[in-house]
Amino acid sequence: MDLTRVDEIIAKHHGEASSLIQILLEIQSENSWLPKEVMERISQELQVPLTRVHHISTFYKAFSLVPKGRHEVHICMGTACHVRGATRVLDAVQDLTGIKPGETDLELKFSLETVNCLGCCALGPVLEIDGKTYGKMTPVETKNVLQSYE
Amino acid sequence: MSEIRLTIDGREVKASDGMTLLEAAQAAGIHIPTICHHEKLEPFGGCRLCIVELEEKGWSRLVVSCVYPAENNLVVHTRSAKVDRIRKTILELLLAHAPDAFDLQDLAKEYGADKDRFEKEASFCIHCGLCVRYCAEVKKKNAVGFIDRGIRKEISFVPEIALKECWDCKECFPLCPTEALQAAYVLTRALAGHLLEKEPAQPKA
Ligand code: SF4
Ligand code: FES
Ligand code: FES
Repeated sequence: MDLTRVDEIIAKHHGEASSLIQILLEIQSENSWLPKEVMERISQELQVPLTRVHHISTFYKAFSLVPKGRHEVHICMGTACHVRGATRVLDAVQDLTGIKPGETDLELKFSLETVNCLGCCALGPVLEIDGKTYGKMTPVETKNVLQSYE
Repeated sequence: MSEIRLTIDGREVKASDGMTLLEAAQAAGIHIPTICHHEKLEPFGGCRLCIVELEEKGWSRLVVSCVYPAENNLVVHTRSAKVDRIRKTILELLLAHAPDAFDLQDLAKEYGADKDRFEKEASFCIHCGLCVRYCAEVKKKNAVGFIDRGIRKEISFVPEIALKECWDCKECFPLCPTEALQAAYVLTRALAGHLLEKEPAQPKA
């Protein structure tokens, strides 16, 4: 990520230390992860110790310290989806992408996470990619869906 | 500063405004065990070992003495059966993480804590925060901090700062009740040592 863009975001928050989390969130959503240099820059500009930036960026699950794939795959493992076969969907995704929950593949195509209930249990098992919901997933359907992403 | 009078373990004790219960007890020569407390650092209240029982109108209440302000007319018990039982459990839990820590072993003896009560999960660090807070508050270097949370929380050195500042300081080492801190530092140096060699080579004579 371009550090001048980081500086812009920091300036928008008047370089205030109390805006640390807000700044991190903005960078996370723009860049999908927080590179080391970016955290160092924030620490310098806001004059907060790097240890605190690290503490916060590792505390909240919203932040990633490793690059994310172009597509974020969320598989619901909530109770309803679970009894309707979410594990099979998860297995299918793991087989096709070669990654486990929390990981990203080497081509940076997919990142995989499991979640607990997306709030549409009647559609279970549910798969969500970049915010788009796919319901009533079977392993075969899962494969078709994943293959439609570049 | 106004004077405060309270009773600790049946003794009338004087304290001044702004003191914690722990400080009031210490000033009166009454010992309360602590792990995460350090005079030079802000109260933290992390380990809960310094817990004491307050008696109020026939009720009793547990408070953490290193963060609880001394107040007039408080009746404090530092070694009630309840307090001892809680300290014992706290020690047993801490010993599951750092079974070989000497400070903990000594306290375990005193409170009859069984170091094998809980399954071992040797993370060594018991999250007292002494190293992190000392480095931040006293040395103002922030070379070491906490990362992650819950059961995965651990201390972590910032290699660039640690390589520059820690070698000649190491004041946090003796504060650590376990050996987690030294281990983490040695590991950081081993993994990040190459950063040291980046210094420009001396021109040959
Ligand atoms: S490394 Fe030692 S001093 Fe630092 S938080 Fe852990 S137990 Fe406390
Ligand atoms: S359990 Fe999957 S959407 Fe509710
Ligand atoms: S010494 Fe009071 S909570 Fe640790």
